[in-house]
Amino acid sequence: MEPVWEAGYGGPDLHRRNFGTPCLVRGDITRKNFIFALIPQLKRVGFPAHNVKIWWYSMGMTIAEKILARASGKSKVEPGEYIIGKVDLAMVHDLTGPLTLNVLKEVGYDRPWDPEKIVIILDHQVPANSTVTASLHKQLREYAGKYGTKFHDVGRQGVCHQILAESYVKPGMLVVGADSHTCTLGALGAFATGIGSTEMASVFLTGELWFRVPETIRFELKGTLKPGVSAKDIILYIIGKMGVDGALYCATEFTGEGVERLSVDGRLTLCNMAIEMGGKTGIVNPDVKTLQFTNTKNESQVLRSDKDAEYHKTMEVAVEDLIPQVALPHSVDNVKPVSEVEGVEADQVFIGSCTNGRLEDLEAAAKILKGRKVKAGTRLIVIPASPSIYMEAERRGYIRTFIEAGGVVCNPNCGPCLGGHMGILADGEVCVSTSNRNFIGRMGSPKSKVYLVSPETAAATAVEGKLTDPLRYVRG
Amino acid sequence: MSVIRGRAWLFGDNVDTDVILPGKYLVLTDPNELAKHALEGLVQDFYKKISKGDIIVAGKNFGCGSSREHAPIALKYAGVGAVVAESFSRIFFRNSINIGLPAVISKDARRTIKENEQISIHLEEGYILRESGEKIPVEGYPEFLLEILKDGGLLQNLKRKFAGMGGVSRTQP
Repeated sequence: MEPVWEAGYGGPDLHRRNFGTPCLVRGDITRKNFIFALIPQLKRVGFPAHNVKIWWYSMGMTIAEKILARASGKSKVEPGEYIIGKVDLAMVHDLTGPLTLNVLKEVGYDRPWDPEKIVIILDHQVPANSTVTASLHKQLREYAGKYGTKFHDVGRQGVCHQILAESYVKPGMLVVGADSHTCTLGALGAFATGIGSTEMASVFLTGELWFRVPETIRFELKGTLKPGVSAKDIILYIIGKMGVDGALYCATEFTGEGVERLSVDGRLTLCNMAIEMGGKTGIVNPDVKTLQFTNTKNESQVLRSDKDAEYHKTMEVAVEDLIPQVALPHSVDNVKPVSEVEGVEADQVFIGSCTNGRLEDLEAAAKILKGRKVKAGTRLIVIPASPSIYMEAERRGYIRTFIEAGGVVCNPNCGPCLGGHMGILADGEVCVSTSNRNFIGRMGSPKSKVYLVSPETAAATAVEGKLTDPLRYVRG
Repeated sequence: MSVIRGRAWLFGDNVDTDVILPGKYLVLTDPNELAKHALEGLVQDFYKKISKGDIIVAGKNFGCGSSREHAPIALKYAGVGAVVAESFSRIFFRNSINIGLPAVISKDARRTIKENEQISIHLEEGYILRESGEKIPVEGYPEFLLEILKDGGLLQNLKRKFAGMGGVSRTQP
């Protein structure tokens, strides 16, 4: 038997990689343990072995490793190591939160470790669309009221990851959310990852959680994007190459000119879909744009990857050559250039979600839709991700543009992305969507189909009523 | 930990959380109601066809997609005794163990085990026993995960730690 737990976990095979031969020790074997275990032998041959430790602690770390090291009170951690990390921010929403509260109820103790660090956001089905949903909302509202946790009720509601980005997350934080797309927030230089509802109950009570320090895969983005091509196209392209489990359990770090040139909105889109290739988090090293966006004046908490940090893999992506991409049903890695599959008729176009419901996305769509009409027979649904985005889009005239074109603009929430609310699909219907998943039945009927695209492609598709390459709208 | 015995149900790679439990049922919190929709995206009336203790044997990346704990809960209450897969998505793996449904990693199980075959999982010994008497190795858990599974899930684990701390407050039903 060969209990190489890490390898079996689906992640990179750390032991084989480092030692060349399969290692027969499970889980807790790390490079550090291995090297430190050699110290007595080194001493025996007269090697000044204390230098080994000095050398070890001076080795570079990635930003993900640094944040986990700090959260666990260590000066250094390495991939494969298990740590207990102190959580800086914990988030639940209206679908996962009630399960957490039910667990607390069963435990018989529900006082949170720090109400200031708990954020409860209504975003999946809000305002309530049924008595069942209404009672879930009520349950969360009462818990928040009782302990004074942060709470985003109707009126302050919005897509949870966007609300966290706008108001709570700072570079260097350890963030957990009971939602898989929590990895979005790594775009702000935080370590952010999705967890389940039961373990969230444990976080509520203790403020701590176990983590396995992930290997980091680096995506070096070369060059800058052409007009009409956006962050969504980059991440769809990458997932197409990596496969839906290509980064299983890894942190995915985005570096290079292609990322530096992106706005914070675009970086959030990139990191948002890290989970779609199995990533534990997406992460971007903080720069001036990050500090400005998060209103960070004091840089002491900000962490960045060292130049000599060790990566599991580095992939280069030439973004200047990129053209608009689409993920075809029913898998996010089923990616092709839009130009190759144009013409699929769309019953519905959705622009919104934690992937593409931000101001820059609405701007890109509005530019194409301005003065044009949505094709008869196609429904356009636009959902800004947060109240502040909604207001700014209104001020800039985008909302008017969408409505004049024949679209509907809904209040900030997750919308039809997961088939719960506002735009559920019937049998045989097709939605061209800026969201992040196209699994069978994701948006409603198991017989419907979802195509994932950028806001530019979605807008062009709405105009033509069929999947359309947006480049000619941008040029023309 | 006791041995898990059941018939094998074979599935492929990348079985995602939207086919395990479609998003429209996420408003349900009663585990027995959730169970009625388990794997609805792939097998109609799975909960009626399965016998208690049956074992799912799947390929790579089982449970990819959402963080919804409803997915492993639906499987558990439908009667699934364990899920064996070549690899799991990270959050599903955590959730599954946290709710007390063993998620077992085995490189070879999917390739060798036949549909409907009677198998038994010996977790602590680290193997699956086939009808033929063949043993297929499974991968071990770190100590603290094994402990959670032995407790029957994280909830029992937490109960032990927080029982009798007082300050119990009524939460809404």
